[in-house]
Amino acid sequence: MAELSVAPRSAYDKRIAEFVEPYQRRIEAIPPGTCPIAVQANLLEAGGAQTCGKCVPCRDGIPQLAAMMRRVLACEADESTLEAMRTTATMIRDTSDCAIGYEAGRLALEGMDVFADEYKSHVQNKCCAEGVGQTVPCETNCPAHVNVPGYISLVQEGDCAGAVAMVRKDNPFPTACALICEHPCESRCRRMLIDAPINIRGIKKYAVDNARADTVPVPTRLPDTGRKVAIIGGGPSGMTCAYFLALMGHSVTVYEMRKHLGGMMRYGIPAYRFPRERIEEDLRAITSVGNIEVKLEYEVHSEDLGRFMVEYDAVFVAIGAQGGKKLDLEGIDAEGVMSAVDLLEKIGDDEYPDFTGKKVVVIGGGNVAMDCARTSVRAGAEEVTIAYRRRVEDMTALSEEIEGAMAEGVEMMTLQAPVRIESDSEGKVAALICQPQYISAVKRGRPAPANASKPEVRIDADIVLVAVGQDIQYVPFERFGMATERTCFTADENLRAKGFDKLFVGGDCQTGPKSAIMAIGAGKVAARNIDEHLGFHHTLDPEVVAPDPRPNMRDAYGRVNVSERPARERKKDFGYIELPVSEEEVMQECSRCLRCDAYGCGVLEGGRVQYV
Amino acid sequence: MSNMQTNTDAASTMATVVIDGLEVKTSTRATILAAAKMAGIHIPTLCYLAGTNEIGMCRVCSVEVEGQDNLVPACKAKVADGMVIHTQSERAVAYRKMMLELIIAEHGLDSTNYCFSCPKNGTCELQAVCREVGVVESPFATEEKKPRKAILDSNPFLTFDPNLCIQCQRCVGACNNRAYNHTLQTGKRGTRTKILAPFGEDWKATECESCGNCAAACPTGAITEKRRKYYRDWEVERVRTTCPHCAVGCQIDMMVKDNRIVDAEPANGPSNKGMLCVKGRSSSFDFVMSPDRITTPLVKNKQTGEFEPATWEEALDLVATRFTELRDEFGGDALAAFACSRSTNEDVYMLQKMARTVFKTNNVDNCARV
Repeated sequence: MAELSVAPRSAYDKRIAEFVEPYQRRIEAIPPGTCPIAVQANLLEAGGAQTCGKCVPCRDGIPQLAAMMRRVLACEADESTLEAMRTTATMIRDTSDCAIGYEAGRLALEGMDVFADEYKSHVQNKCCAEGVGQTVPCETNCPAHVNVPGYISLVQEGDCAGAVAMVRKDNPFPTACALICEHPCESRCRRMLIDAPINIRGIKKYAVDNARADTVPVPTRLPDTGRKVAIIGGGPSGMTCAYFLALMGHSVTVYEMRKHLGGMMRYGIPAYRFPRERIEEDLRAITSVGNIEVKLEYEVHSEDLGRFMVEYDAVFVAIGAQGGKKLDLEGIDAEGVMSAVDLLEKIGDDEYPDFTGKKVVVIGGGNVAMDCARTSVRAGAEEVTIAYRRRVEDMTALSEEIEGAMAEGVEMMTLQAPVRIESDSEGKVAALICQPQYISAVKRGRPAPANASKPEVRIDADIVLVAVGQDIQYVPFERFGMATERTCFTADENLRAKGFDKLFVGGDCQTGPKSAIMAIGAGKVAARNIDEHLGFHHTLDPEVVAPDPRPNMRDAYGRVNVSERPARERKKDFGYIELPVSEEEVMQECSRCLRCDAYGCGVLEGGRVQYV
Repeated sequence: MSNMQTNTDAASTMATVVIDGLEVKTSTRATILAAAKMAGIHIPTLCYLAGTNEIGMCRVCSVEVEGQDNLVPACKAKVADGMVIHTQSERAVAYRKMMLELIIAEHGLDSTNYCFSCPKNGTCELQAVCREVGVVESPFATEEKKPRKAILDSNPFLTFDPNLCIQCQRCVGACNNRAYNHTLQTGKRGTRTKILAPFGEDWKATECESCGNCAAACPTGAITEKRRKYYRDWEVERVRTTCPHCAVGCQIDMMVKDNRIVDAEPANGPSNKGMLCVKGRSSSFDFVMSPDRITTPLVKNKQTGEFEPATWEEALDLVATRFTELRDEFGGDALAAFACSRSTNEDVYMLQKMARTVFKTNNVDNCARV
């Protein structure tokens, strides 16, 4: 027998793993606007490269399928090719020995379904469908299409006020987005090809920290048009719409149900993430445009809406998703059970709870659950537990929120499905009883939990916070006649409410609970379209231009993260948790920007998503 | 799992399955292919070669099992109690065809003038299964001509034409799992899988013994015995015999065309189990019709030094007389008997018997160590 060796069978394996890492980032960074068939053909061929060469369906079938896909990609194929592709892909899926083959077949079929329109376009129109064509990643993926390379460059050139003005061209909430944005702009950042996505939010934070939004003058309002617009809801969507409409010269009235403007940015996001005085900076800047009348603590009923439709030239409904979803649980009415939304809402009006010495259990695994848990820690709770049906990796909360909560001492009791709430003789919460779960089959893309054969778990509790989602308080508006679908208002892609001409709707109440930046994007779209509806085509001068690009800095660097106050300190107060980004950090981050607006597709006709 | 337990009674090792409506009782160790065979149901195969190649490469034998989304290769998949199998479902039939279409698209048909000049024409298993399944052309074939791959032809007995190779790996199985020579391997894996047949210019430097079991396993004309070029299967008659080359006793079919042996094929004998060595397959029969072959006994003429034809009587008498004289004069140990390995075991036995009883010596040997 031959002698054994401890050497790896193939010396390449380790090197390949290192070599493909940049390609994994490259796949993540697939530029927005890429033809999905091009993506699919390349990935199919990558799959083909993994065949061991044994079985015919995989070894010979994948290259044949890829060749057909290439013909479709080149717009040289007809319907019969699509038919042959389906047959071949199905055969590969059904007959391959291992997952290298059958998953390649399955994904090819799935892609043909998901991108059916694009296939049709290639075959029938001999070109890509409308909208396919590369655009600058950050500004495309920002729902408000903020000129990201522009303001990064301004920060790099030392002009933080210019950066704030550049953000504001598309988004009047530079501070909000600097502090709490989910930064979809970073998701396909081209810098990933070299090292890691740029910390865009961090750069914006540096800008607003060094040039406070209310110190940077807004552009001059255009001459009055004499048109009046009512906006229902003073959150990110409503106030964005108000800002742009006012700049265009329309006069705006904002009706806000609560004591303060800001919507869920104030009433949903705790102050330690977004200090109240910082929201005020954005709001002061917005209202400084003039011609924006704000009516606080004004709850709009269906009859009000009817009146607005007569009195105003256009109406924008942006009421958000303010209600807390209820949980159908035995004992849910016990004293000490609260909705997360109610808790955070009170804090929005500076009514802080006192949980000193209490045991708090939060039900849920989203950002709101984390907010509640971390708020409870700060409110003095002795013990804070998050009870969640799935695993930590299945939580919908951002990973930094989960890590933050854990660092502050929140116990994650995962795979625990609440079954009932136990109360004491006085009707006060005593414990949350959970049925242990185990993670099981993937359903609709997510691993679902199943009941484990384990005894119930009792979690002692004085307070139970229910954070299982938000509801839209749509009833008065539906009564007025607005159409809804699964509690969301129905609108077309221009945000015109279904069945109405001058009634627009956007933000969480139209999309379901999403992010501040999506609501801001909707507010901007609504403002533009209301302006068009009123018969205008206003353009707004941002009064700032992007500096000339510097050459790309091609050396690989680590990404600078925004650091936080130590958990053991920050958990004692409601003070802001993030630390400032230093000048050297921000300059390094800025220097990593590849200025995709000036290099690559950004200079092409249609290569940008920008409005003036 | 809790419901798993070791069960050694017969019930747990026997399975009842339904194949195309026929109930079959078989061992749970049986493949679907074997169970179908028991039931008299034919499932087409191509890459499968019992004991040599059971890897499930060609998927031609894919069949449908009720309750399972994917099809399974009958040659590899084991039966399980209660299985309901369809060998002729719409998908099974369609996919079987597609497999062959994919294979023939890469088979270099034009390199042999569409089978016409292929040495395996008529015995090609790919040809046969395509005919059986009804595949006459491939929608996957491209019109442009593919560049020809070089044929490896330096080995005196064997040829490898990579253009005809379907990468079924039967040859690899034959060399590695049956002949244990480990000389024929695959290289360039994946979609470019290539058989590294050691028949090129450096063939002598390789460990290859030219045994030809790879060629016997090859279903197509990719690896062939060079002799194949000179006859077609329908021109020959097979005559079963024992290989005379050594004492192993391999069963062999001599391929006889026009009363001449043109080739040899292994039979499934108890000692050779369908295999042969290079001598049996390529060299132990050409002398049969050699003009140099001695056809009568020859006796040396002492005067001239030449061998002259004699009758068997004369020759045997001479040999018997001289051996007897030598034995009587010098003793039996002055003599020895040495048998040729090409003799049969029975002849060799008779020779040593004669040495011991007539020569009175134990000096016996044989060259069966070749």
